[in-house]
Parts: sequence; structure tokens; C-alpha cells
Amino acid sequence: MSTGVRRAAAARRGNLGDALFAGACQAAGGFVLLLLGGIIVELFIGGLPAFRAFGLPFLWSTEWDPVSEVFGAGVSIYGTVVTAVLAILLAVPLAFGIAFTLTELAPPWLRRPVGTAVELLAAVPSIIYGMWGFFLIAPLMAQYVQPTLIDSLGEVPGIGALFQGPPFGTGILTAALILAIMILPFIAATMRDVFEQVPPVFKESAYGLGCTTWEVMRGVVLPYTRISVAGGVMLGLGRALGETMAVTFVIGNANRISTTLFGPGNTIASVVALEFGESETGSLKLSALLALGFILFVLSFIVLATSRFLLRSRLKG
Amino acid sequence: MQRRQLLATASLLAAGTAFGNRAFAQGGQITGAGATFPNPVYQKWAEAARGATGITVNYQSVGSGAGINQIRNRTVDFGASDAPLTPQQLAEANLLQFPAVMGSLVAIVNIPGIEDGQLKLTGELLADIYLGKITKWNDPKLAELNRGLTLPNLAIAPAYRADGSGTTFVWVSYLSAVSPEWKEKVGIGTSVRFPTGTGARGNEGVAGTVKNIRGAIGYVENAYAVSNKLVATQLRNKAGQFVKPTHESFIAAAQSADWNAPGMAASLIDQQGATSWPIVSPTFILLPKNPAEAERSRNVMKFFDWAFNNGSQLATQLEYIPLPKPVQDQIRATWKTEVKANGQPVWNG
Repeated sequence: MSTGVRRAAAARRGNLGDALFAGACQAAGGFVLLLLGGIIVELFIGGLPAFRAFGLPFLWSTEWDPVSEVFGAGVSIYGTVVTAVLAILLAVPLAFGIAFTLTELAPPWLRRPVGTAVELLAAVPSIIYGMWGFFLIAPLMAQYVQPTLIDSLGEVPGIGALFQGPPFGTGILTAALILAIMILPFIAATMRDVFEQVPPVFKESAYGLGCTTWEVMRGVVLPYTRISVAGGVMLGLGRALGETMAVTFVIGNANRISTTLFGPGNTIASVVALEFGESETGSLKLSALLALGFILFVLSFIVLATSRFLLRSRLKG
Repeated sequence: MQRRQLLATASLLAAGTAFGNRAFAQGGQITGAGATFPNPVYQKWAEAARGATGITVNYQSVGSGAGINQIRNRTVDFGASDAPLTPQQLAEANLLQFPAVMGSLVAIVNIPGIEDGQLKLTGELLADIYLGKITKWNDPKLAELNRGLTLPNLAIAPAYRADGSGTTFVWVSYLSAVSPEWKEKVGIGTSVRFPTGTGARGNEGVAGTVKNIRGAIGYVENAYAVSNKLVATQLRNKAGQFVKPTHESFIAAAQSADWNAPGMAASLIDQQGATSWPIVSPTFILLPKNPAEAERSRNVMKFFDWAFNNGSQLATQLEYIPLPKPVQDQIRATWKTEVKANGQPVWNG
């Protein structure tokens, strides 16, 4: 009798606990959506005066003159996209090499330490990358890399224009280089994970037909995983778009679009970080900065949503 | 149950940090926010004043713009700004403005073979360099000024502050004062559209860029140039004399300024006087004229009163320039007449 009562009470308590727990979890889930929506709406409302004042041309206007209060997002959007895409171009081959080594070439005892080291790159705070880039990489670029590129590639017709101008050390190329190292772990880790998911029987069949390791990679692994690999690259692109501190240190921070990769530029995130402290409440400048934030949010949202979409089968599996 | 208690404690703690500043007002605590330019001297003063007056000053150098926002919303007891507010802005926000200390800017260069204090420049040439009109160090105009020096055939790489800053405000105020073309094409602001060059973050960023790049020129606060042993230039002042950035040349500039401008917004840019350094600027404090809590407002004034009386040496050590005595007295007088709570003057010292 008494045990029965106790059991019933326990069950009741359990039900209440379950309901509370379920409610708390759902609230947490809903809170994220609410927060995300709130941020978008808040950024849009904050940016509205700038959108109203400059209209659609705000998106491509290259003017950014705080003195006469004329603002345009053109240069920042250009800088954001160019550095991110360049970073992808530099990081993807390297990430592929790492993933290929870790899944196919390296002896098993080496895979774990190297894999961990690559993942640890993601744990380095971005300010460290920024300082490292500014105090170490930028002088190296100015002294060795850029003069060499100017002397060799600078004269080549066509692409020569990309490698001209004074070797400042900082600039679009240096920013892309730092970004490439920062997004490398994300792309490499995704690639390694999806490469490992290729059913061994496929690879063994190919080896059985006499394929080399490279032929198996090109003919079996890559076709099987290409969508997920693209998803991983998009993930890296999303990170590169929003990176702030490291880029701010090395991009040269000038509101100009230059033809050369050594020229200074800026990105949406770096402009917002640099100008926010000196923008007064209610000023058009603050509104323009919030509008920039909104544009960056939409850009990153599209890229990350694409990445999720491409990776969906792998994430489920 | 335990978890709920934890939650309650956490929210109490959060509330505590949000309202704590107000609650401890009676302990003689005041908060300020704003300009980064005078931050080192405000921190030093705060440290020394705590022992001498019992007032704890919590100053956050968040940038002049943010400081102005915070004092407008009255979330701090005083704001600090490098660029003076206009009389109209002051009236709108019901604020009193007064200078606290002065600082100076120097031009720094990285040219092989050129040492500190050797290179002679004029404001017009600086403007031309930053406008991108003079691009080589062996330009005839530069060579003519510096007959004794051999200037190399090296591209000039101007560096500027990429973050909005009072330093930039002072620098472009000077360039606008000496070059009509700069005034028309670029203008004055805490961040402007620089026609050429590369931007870096903070004094350390500009100094680092100048160190890295051969042929670079930049501008930093004198305090920063001195403590980092950077290569500064001479400048020609309004009287036509070439002067080096020394304490004497800064004091000379401060003495010839007109402190009776509205909002005490004296301009010390390009002053008269044979020995005046041309780029000196005061930095300002913003104080509500109708403080919600008279005690806190009084403590702000007590703190600056202490700093005026006893902080000159600390300021000088940090390469700042203390205000002349008559200006300090003038400030105390405005405290008495301008800041009132319930119709009564808050300051009665």
C-alpha cells in the first residue's frame, strides 16, 4: 500500500518534471529564434534612416565621407567579398591536402595529433591572428613577398595590374592570407569528416580494380562527397565574411577600391569596429553603420544557409 | 529547487552590477566615459586622487563619440570629448563644457638616414603629402627646406588613424587651418575621407605601420612618440619659425590661445608666437548643468579641482600640458554659475 502511494507520487513528480523540462527546452529553442529575429529587426530599424537617405544606391555607392555625411556600402561590400573569396581560394587547396593526408596518406598514429593541431588553429583568438599578422606577416610581406611579386608578376599583361603599387605590407592580399589560415581548420575538419564517411567498400572496389590512391580520391571519394565539400567551403566563407579583428589589423583600412591586391581596403566588419566608438546616437553615420551590419547579416545568413543546405545529408547521416 | 535559487541569485547579481554604481554613490564614486586621447592622464589622476580625496573615479576610454552619447543619456557622471561640442549641441543636451588638459601631436617618419628632429616640414607640405600631391621624399619642395639632408628617391606612404579618433580630429583641424585645399576637399572630423595612404588602428597601429614601411609618415600623440622613441619632425609655425616638439613649445602655444570662446573651446591650432608648436589641442569634459544627484556632480568637480591643483606634474610626466592657472580659475567660476541642482549652485569651493 505505502509503496504504491509512493510510486504514484514519484510518477506524478516525474510527470511534472517532464513537463517543466520540456517547457524549458522549448522556451530555450524559441528564445534563439526570437533573438535572431530581434537582431535582424533591430539592425534594420537602426539602418533605416541610412537606407531612406541614400536609397538602393547605398549598396554600391563607393562614397564614405563622414564630414559631409555621405555614406555608401560599395567599398566595404567589395572588400568583404574579395577578401573572403581570396581566402577561400588560398585555403581550399591547403585544406584538401590536409584532409587527404589525414584520411588516406598519413600513418594512423599521426592522424590524431595532426588532426587535433588543425582543429586547435580554430581555438586561437582572432586578435592574436591580427597582432601576428600586423607585427610579423605584414613586415615580411612588405620586405620579401610583395617586392618579389611586383618584380615577377607585376609586368605580366592582364594579371599584372593585380600585383602593382607600393608594398605596404598590409592590404587586401595580406588580409586574405590571414583569413585563409583562420578558416582553414573549419574547411579541413569538414572535408576530413566527409571523406571518412565514404563507405570503405567503394574505395576497396576501386583499389581492387588497380586504382592509385589519387585515382580513388578523384574518382570515388570526391564525387561521392562533392556536395558536402562545397558545404564545408561555404561554412569557411561564412566565417571569413564576418571576421573582424584580424582583418582590421592588416587590411589597411582605406575606403577605396584599388585594382592591385596590395592596395588597402576595408570590410563591413572592420568599418563597423573602427567607426562605432566615434558615432553619436541619432547620427546618420551610426545609422549607416547599422545598415552595414544588416547587409553583413544578410550576406552571412545566405552563405551559412547554403552551407547547411549542402551539408544536410551529411549532418543527418 | 536548488536550481531556482541559483537562478534567483544570478538575476540578483545581474541587477546588482546594473544598479550598483548608483547604490554606492555615497561612497564618493563617480563614473566618466569618452575620449581615449587623455585616458592615460585621467587614469593617473584617478589613482592619485583616490588617496588624496577619497573619490574613486571610474573612467572608461570608449571614444569621444560614445562618451558624448553616454553623457547625453546621463548614464555616466561626466563625459569626455576631444572635439569640442558646438554651443548649440551643448544647449540641447544641457551640458557644461570645460577643458581638462592639453596634448600635442607630432609627425613621425621612417626615412633611411633621417633621425629624430632632423626633418623640417611645413603644414602646407603635410597637407600636400596627405592629399597625394607630393609623392616622393626627394621632391624639390622638401629638398629645398632640408638643404643639409640627403633625401632618398623613395615613395611617401602616408599612414593615418583608421578608427574614428580625437587624434585625427586635431590633425585634420591643423591641415584645414593651413591648407584651403584640404579644408575644401576633405574637411574636419574624427574620421575623414583620406585621399591617399593606409589606415591603422590606434596610435600603436600608426606607429607600427610607420616602423614597418620605409618612406612612411604618420601622426601620433607626442606622449606616444616620446615613450616609443619615434622619429619626429620639426614643423614651421605661424611665425615662420621651425620648432621642435618640446614642452616649452607646447606651453608657448597654450599661452597665446583665446580661452573666452563659447564652451571654452579654445583653438590652439597654429597659434601665434615665435616658439609655439603648431599642433596643440585641449581635450574637454562634459558635465550636466542640472545634475540628478548633486553629490556626484560635486565629486566630479572636486576631482578636477584636485587635478588642477595637484595633477600638473603627473600630466607633464606623461607629456601632457597642464592648463594655465587663469584658465583653471575661469573653469571654477563657470562651475559656480552654470551647474545648479534645485536652483542652488553645486560647487561652492
